[in-house]
Amino acid sequence: MATTAQPHTGAKPAATLSNEEILRYSRHLIMPEVGMEGQLKLKNAKVLLIGTGGLGAPLGLYLAAAGVGKLGLVDFDVVDFTNLQRQVTFGTSDVGKPKSEAARVRLSNLNPAIQIVSFETQLTSANALELFKDFDIIVDGTDNFPTRYLVNDACILLGKPNVYGSIFRFEGQVTVFGMPDGPCYRCLYPEPPPPGLVPSCAEGGVLGVLPGIVGSIQAMETIKLILGAGDSLVGRLLLFDALGMKFRELKLRKNPNCPVCGTNRTITKLIDYYEFCGVRGEEAPGPSVQVPEITPRELKSRLDRGDDLFILDVREPHEYQICNLHGHLIPLGELTRRVHELDSSREIVAHCRSGKRSAEAVDFLRKAGFRKILNLKGGILAWSDEVDSSVPKY
Amino acid sequence: MPVKVMIPTPLRPYAGKRASAEFQAKTVGEALGHLTSEFAELRKHLFTEEGKLRSFVNIYVNDEDIRYLAKENTPTKDGDTISIIPSIAGGCTLPRNAHRRTKA
Repeated sequence: MATTAQPHTGAKPAATLSNEEILRYSRHLIMPEVGMEGQLKLKNAKVLLIGTGGLGAPLGLYLAAAGVGKLGLVDFDVVDFTNLQRQVTFGTSDVGKPKSEAARVRLSNLNPAIQIVSFETQLTSANALELFKDFDIIVDGTDNFPTRYLVNDACILLGKPNVYGSIFRFEGQVTVFGMPDGPCYRCLYPEPPPPGLVPSCAEGGVLGVLPGIVGSIQAMETIKLILGAGDSLVGRLLLFDALGMKFRELKLRKNPNCPVCGTNRTITKLIDYYEFCGVRGEEAPGPSVQVPEITPRELKSRLDRGDDLFILDVREPHEYQICNLHGHLIPLGELTRRVHELDSSREIVAHCRSGKRSAEAVDFLRKAGFRKILNLKGGILAWSDEVDSSVPKY
Repeated sequence: MPVKVMIPTPLRPYAGKRASAEFQAKTVGEALGHLTSEFAELRKHLFTEEGKLRSFVNIYVNDEDIRYLAKENTPTKDGDTISIIPSIAGGCTLPRNAHRRTKA
């Protein structure tokens, strides 16, 4: 099943290791599965990491340490404090710096013998093929559906392997797409979920070690592809449950009707992935429903005036413990069965962290007959920005 | 011994926070029917308004995708595990409002 990724043609492949390299990679060289031949394959390999965040951190560190000759790092984001809980490439002093460049500096320090190229740009349909063409293997460490479909399609169009990893809270999924005869991401999921139905990491949270483990498995699969060793995850979806500490695997099949890798292809060039995923520029993701709103400042002045307002907090209990506006707590998921706790004759202001879940709550309650109900625009984050900065943001 | 349905993390809030549930069922469709009657809020996450399984939710019986078996009519036997595998996108690279940026 394992196939050696072909080094990019162009510059002449390296045929030897320096004495410094031999010392550095000695623990590889003394393994028959790697040896001099394998280490030279690593030295001649070119791997592009899409995303230098949670998954990209162990990927970058291990692939650089292993001596992958050329590493490309694509990320348009800058390091912030909430990243440091899991993105172990970065230190506190990197906060505010571009991620791709901060990662390049860190990885260059780890291994000055390899070439590291940072691309401080957002991966788009316009630049993906150009960026990918100089690399043998693409590793997907992104966190959003449009980019995942874009990476998949670009890999299929160029015939490059796509080492896929994805995480949610304490669960991970890993596999290898884009190999000849193997399935692709669209074979597994022909379409993405509509925006808002599946929470992102920012909304759902993630245990910091989880991307470390999943990204490390991606790094291992990448190295196996380069070496042509072992059984790769092609055709298998590895599921990891960190809480139960269980690994399971499911069979993945190539879908003969797949629009991008099947026999009758309908996708032969890159498309608009934001449109495909139902995310349209500034409108998205925002509240999926339009509901009456109140701004934090309006709410503050009405409360100061002594208006009788009932504050409904639709977040989870553990979020209430982080900070709250002394509202009545009914998590969104429990609202349908706890709606009797609310008095429809009183004026209600619903809020959550960012205003998205509470918009759903307001929409639901309006449909249930509540007339005097408003959504706090921007949620507790906006309250912290505009009214009371002592309320922590999370 | 009944059929066990594994509920993935993203859907647990709609299933009483349960990680799995067990039902007596002869087919996948029957098991999912029991599941969504017990947890009504799960229904919209698994099925379209027309009652079709959503395309971003994959269902496995043991390690086989039901799309390559008999779909919802796939028979189940005692001790089988049905897994609901939704697509997740997380990698935590982008900030929470990254997808709000206009496309380049």
